[in-house]
Parts: sequence; structure tokens; C-alpha cells
Amino acid sequence: MAEILIPKIAAQQTAAAAAPPAGVPFIEIEDVSLYYGASKALKNISVQLGEKLVTAFIGPSGCGKSTLLRCLNRMNDLIDNVRIDGAIKIGGHNIYTPDVDVIELRKRVGMVFQKSNPFPKSIYENVAYGLRLHGVKSKSDLDATVEQSLRQSALWDEVKDRLHSSALGLSGGQQQRLCIARAIAIKPEIILMDEPASALDPIATSRIEDLILDLKKDFTIVIVTHNMQQAARISDQTAFFYIGELVEFGPTSKIFTNPSQKRTEDYVTGRFG
Amino acid sequence: MSTSQTRHFRAEKFDFWSFFFSGLTGLATLFIVGILVVILLNILVNGWSGLSWHFVSTIPKKDFFDVHTTGVLPMIVGTAFRVIVMTIFVIPVGVITAIYLTEYASNTSLITRVIRAAVNNLAGVPSIVFGLFGLGFFINFVGKNMDRLLHNPSAVWGQPALIWASLTLAVMTLPVVIVATEESLKAIPPGLREASLALGATKLETILRIVLPQALPGIMTGGILAVSRAAGEVAPILFTGVAYYMASLPSHLSDQFMDLGYHVFVLSTQSPNIEQTRPILYATVLVLLMLTFALNIVAILIRARVRKKLRALG
Repeated sequence: MAEILIPKIAAQQTAAAAAPPAGVPFIEIEDVSLYYGASKALKNISVQLGEKLVTAFIGPSGCGKSTLLRCLNRMNDLIDNVRIDGAIKIGGHNIYTPDVDVIELRKRVGMVFQKSNPFPKSIYENVAYGLRLHGVKSKSDLDATVEQSLRQSALWDEVKDRLHSSALGLSGGQQQRLCIARAIAIKPEIILMDEPASALDPIATSRIEDLILDLKKDFTIVIVTHNMQQAARISDQTAFFYIGELVEFGPTSKIFTNPSQKRTEDYVTGRFG
Repeated sequence: MSTSQTRHFRAEKFDFWSFFFSGLTGLATLFIVGILVVILLNILVNGWSGLSWHFVSTIPKKDFFDVHTTGVLPMIVGTAFRVIVMTIFVIPVGVITAIYLTEYASNTSLITRVIRAAVNNLAGVPSIVFGLFGLGFFINFVGKNMDRLLHNPSAVWGQPALIWASLTLAVMTLPVVIVATEESLKAIPPGLREASLALGATKLETILRIVLPQALPGIMTGGILAVSRAAGEVAPILFTGVAYYMASLPSHLSDQFMDLGYHVFVLSTQSPNIEQTRPILYATVLVLLMLTFALNIVAILIRARVRKKLRALG
């Protein structure tokens, strides 16, 4: 597996040379622990994610990577019995202080889920949903933003003639790109992606990956993935988690070619996980 | 040919039991369908001749046992009126309760379990008990106190009235609406709620914009079941609003009313001449059946339109 990865990593490294992979720290996770009742699902995690970079969270199932991702837009608030210690700062502000408006936070931190979940509404209404929520009423504003978001998510040409037909008629890959369009329509700063391509075929997956590389220009992206090649192809930084711990964090090229931890090496080379 | 022979040869005894049980279940089904057909045919055949425009559009005189002059207009109006008023109360209360139970309440908390147990037990209470409850609570408590607070010189609300009969029926059909709504809310994928919340919607916005529109057909099914149950019920309205005779149609929520189901009871027990009243009795039952069907069909048509709209999704 390592052999397969190396050529792609090389390409990645040249791209990374232009922008320093560390970037400007934008999301600062400081000593975060998360408990489901009595069990500790995340153990004292500290990591800084750079602005306008793609950070991949990898690790075997149950390692806490999705849980940490959901801490970043406070989706874990919805679960009973969850307690979070530590601080997560976005742009320098701790999002876990009592004065934080969760609605405002989620406007700034968008999310794309593993299973594409378009609303049973028209394609247009799906993208307009967040805009309408946040008070955009003018038809021309809505039209413009819907078109721009669909273009940005590389879906416009496929759906421009049927904007008002049901989103459920789209293919799986199109639905997932629609969910990305829906997330970027409200102009977040960060997009969280929870295994966005795990239910898609290879062609749809590669379109999503191209899209992520393209979106990096405008957004800070954090992606959870089980697909090692995917992490290697699209991410600038990679964090490897194992049973609630952050084992290793660094530039993707280093994690995949020269990890400092034995466990990371075993995982990325496919020896376990 | 050969396969049937083999089968016959191999399992004669087994075949007998399989034949016996399929026959038994078939007979049971036939029995139920048969009873329904006999009842409906009997009513249709005997009631059809008594049905006329005059019959359904006349307010009868006090002696409504006369085949030639009687009519059931006030009973049709009373029954339809009480069912509609009931629906107006039971749907919002039932839906809001179901939303609380599925969307807000924690499933394990004591309060939720108590509410659920109460809802389930409510469904098992005999309908005459609801009638007594309506008399005790709505008329003697709520109504009498309303009269006192409004300084009414004589009882306006503190007596049997259409509103109290409707509310009693609403309490009775509440479990049907709650359970149907809960089922349809639970059937909505959690991913849709998450997607909405992740876009910065509040819980209330998510419920109003995503959850409820999706649950609407299920909620309407609950409404249809409630209407079907309530239209034919007599016991809950006995003490709470129905009148033996009214010279005019009910025009106010505090009026008493005549009712088709109760009228069937009156015709069959109070008539001076059973044989002569029989055609009216059959025709009245037929009208009650047709009214129930009509109310159901209206609700089903509305639901079909909602479903179609949800599927097309404009």
C-alpha cells in the first residue's frame, strides 16, 4: 500500500511546497476530552488546523475522529449525556463558552454528512434553505447565490434545467454535491466533511475529491475519511487517531511516508485498521 | 403433473394440516368480510327506499316517527358539526403532544413514560366513561365556572352543549392522533434533522420546515382514524350535548344538537310503533354510514393531494 501511495505523495509535496502545510492556525483544539456518560471517547486532544487547508482525520472505526469533527460545529450538543472539557478556538474565539450562539457558529462551520441527506424539496429549495433561514428574501439574491453555489460545487451544468424538480431524483454523487452546495451557500468559513464519499462509486468519489481541492481556495476543510488514498490525495495535514487519542499529526506527506509513530506507520501501510 | 404427484405422495399428512390451516384462515377472513357485506347490504336494501331529498333536508316536527313527514337534517348537521369541532381541537393538541414526546422529551425520563402510559390507557377507557368525564369536567367544572366568571344570569356554558360533546370526543380520540403522529415523526430520517441543524436552523425551525411537512400525511391518517371513530360514537355525547329533540339547527357552540347515532337509538327504543318506524330507522343508519364515508373521503382526498405535492416537491 505504501508503494502505491508514494507517487501521489510526491505530487502532493510539490503542491505543498507553495503553501506551507502548517498554514495559519485557524482551528485550535486545546486539551479536548469528551465523555459519553462515564466513558471517555476523546482523550486530551490538542491540535491546530491551518486556515484554507484540507485536514484529514484518519483512524480505525471508533477512534473518535467523527466525534471530534462534530465538536467543531457543536453537533454533539444534540446528544444527551455528552460532556466536553477543554477549549476549541475558531479564529481565536472559544466556541464552548456560554455566550457563543450555536446558530451563528453553525453558519460559520458548515457540514457535509456521510450519507447524502438532501431535503425532500426541489434542488433550488435545498440550496436556498440555509439562506432563507438566515433571512434572505429577495428572489434575485436567492437566484444568484443558488447558481453560484451550484457552480462552485460543480453541479450547475447537470441541474440548471431542472432546478425545481425534486432533489431526490439526483444520483448519489449528485446528491452529495448538492449537500456541499447547500453547505457553501451560506458562506461558511469552515466545511466539515464526515466521510463524504464513502457511499459513492469511484467516479463520483473522484469528482468529490476534485471539488474538495477546488473548495480549498475559499474554505478551511476538515475531512474524516476511511480511505487512505483519499487522505493522501486531498489533504495537506493529517491527524491519526487511535481509540480516542491523537497519535500523530503533521503534514500529510510526512504522515504517509515517514511517520514518527509505529502505530501510524502500521495503520497507513494497512497492517491494521 | 409429475411434481404434484410427488408432492402428494410425499406428504399426505402434512398436506392435510396445511390444507386445514389455510382453509381455517380463509374461512375466518371470509367470515369477517361476510359479516360486513351482510350488514352493508341489509342497510342498503332496507334503507334505500326511505332515502329521499325530503328526508335529508327536512327539520322534523316533535313527532319524528311519522314516515311521511320526518327528516334528519338536524341530525346530519349536528353530527357533522361535532365531528368537525372535535377535529379542530384534537389535531393541534395531539400533534403538539406527539412533537413534545418525539422531538423534545427524553425517552427515558419519568415524565415521558408517565405521559406515554397515560396515552395508552386513555385508548382503553370505555367510551361511556368519557361521557361521564365530559359531564363532570367540561360541564360541571369548566362550563359552570365560565358562567360564573361571565356573570351569566342562566346557564349558558354550564349545560350540555356542542362544544363539550366535541371536546369529550377530542379527549377520546387523542391517543389515535398522538400515536399516528409519533409514528410518522419517527419515520423521518434523523439525517434530515441533522442537515437542517447543521445549516444553523433552530430546533423549532427544523420541526416547522422539515419535519412537519414530511409528517403531514401520517398526521392526516391519524385525523381520518379519529373522525371515523368519533362519527359513530354515541356514549360520550349522551351526557355532554346530544338532545332528544330540537326544533331548530344548532347555530352556536353552546347549543345542544341532535345526532344521527343517538337518533338511531331513539328510533329503535322510543317508537310507539316499531314496524312503522323501521324504514326511517334503516334510512337514518344509511345516512350515518354515508356521512362517515363522506367525511373520510374528504380527508383521504386532501391527504392524497398532500402526498402528491410532497412527491413532486415544488
